[in-house]
Amino acid sequence: MAQGGSKIDPMHQFLIEPVFGQSWNLFGYNIAFTNSALWMVATLVVLWLFMLGGMKGQTVPGRWQMAVESFTGFIGDMLTANIGPEGKRFLPYVFSLFMFILIANILGLLPFGLVPGVHPFTVTSHLTVTGVLAIISFALVLIVGFSRHGLHFFSLFVPHGTPWWLLWLIPVVELFSFLVRPFSLGLRLFVAMTAGHILLKVLAGFVINGLNAEAVWVAPLVAIPSFILMIGITLLELLVCAIQAYVFALLTSLYLNDAVNLH
Amino acid sequence: MPQIEQIAATYASQIFWLLIVFGLIYFGIGRGMVPRIQGTVEKRDAQIADDLAAATRAGQEADATEEAWRTRMAEARQAALAETNAAKAKATADAAERAKAANAAMQARLDAAEVEVNQARASALASLEDVAADAAQGIVAKLAGIEVSREAAADAVRKAVTHG
Repeated sequence: MAQGGSKIDPMHQFLIEPVFGQSWNLFGYNIAFTNSALWMVATLVVLWLFMLGGMKGQTVPGRWQMAVESFTGFIGDMLTANIGPEGKRFLPYVFSLFMFILIANILGLLPFGLVPGVHPFTVTSHLTVTGVLAIISFALVLIVGFSRHGLHFFSLFVPHGTPWWLLWLIPVVELFSFLVRPFSLGLRLFVAMTAGHILLKVLAGFVINGLNAEAVWVAPLVAIPSFILMIGITLLELLVCAIQAYVFALLTSLYLNDAVNLH
Repeated sequence: MPQIEQIAATYASQIFWLLIVFGLIYFGIGRGMVPRIQGTVEKRDAQIADDLAAATRAGQEADATEEAWRTRMAEARQAALAETNAAKAKATADAAERAKAANAAMQARLDAAEVEVNQARASALASLEDVAADAAQGIVAKLAGIEVSREAAADAVRKAVTHG
């Protein structure tokens, strides 16, 4: 990636480095506290502080409490709309999922790099993290589905109105689309965050290298347009942060709807 | 791409810390805080619904009270009207009666006065005949030198009055 003597590597931002506890081991696995874990904890702290403002429980809410309630209400309404009255049971999980992804996305995009020594890190740009979240959602769907319907849950793979002469094909297609869900769920978030951050870093490289270039025409022709483009893309990425968190939560609630109500 | 290159070295740490952090979020925030926030919202919604119901009830009560007030006002107005009419009728009847009585009294006095006038006229006429008889006696004595009796003069006057 780095060319022409530039030291800017757009992939460096995804590098995982231990902060402390390099030698920590659990059952033979290394569980060092990395920068990734640090930003997960930061996400937890930010979310917790945000939620604290909603715990006042006033009948006439202040602005902060109103904001917290609008988030819980947003997820609650989404669950009620997609799953029905039973959807409220999944509010703690889907809300945790949505807020974790949303805040991790936004924390990764904020310009903490301006503070010397701080390197922002986007937790959700790591396949391991999004994969685990996707597997948790998928496992929840399986647990809810089998505990509610038992083996009848397999009727999910035979939609209503399937002609008898297609009975050999449709269940295979349905099973395949069902098994693909955790991958699409995890990959979508991972790819969206990674691509956005690479794009921003590449453009930032253009800006820095353009300003440092020896030829005078490079700065106004490359650096400044790149910088203007960066502003637009940063705004777009903020939108993507919210959309990806919403999509993850929405798809989880749709899959849960399958598990709760079958087809 | 470090996400893939480092995955073998870092997946255990990533998963471990993610499970801890997400577990804290799920149990602490998702199960601890969210239901209480939703409880606040539900309590508020219930209170708003209650208040609205109470307001509707109060409004209906006010309507009923106003209706009753209207009815009572109408009744009172009707009663007042009836009383007024009765008083008016009574006053009219009284006035008519008093006028009749006054008329009657007036008529009686008129009759009496007429009788009096007639009597006065009769007596006046009678005294006129006396005066005429005297005058006739005197005139006859003066002109003819005949002494006429009072009865004859009176007779002649009476004849003249009745024939003349």
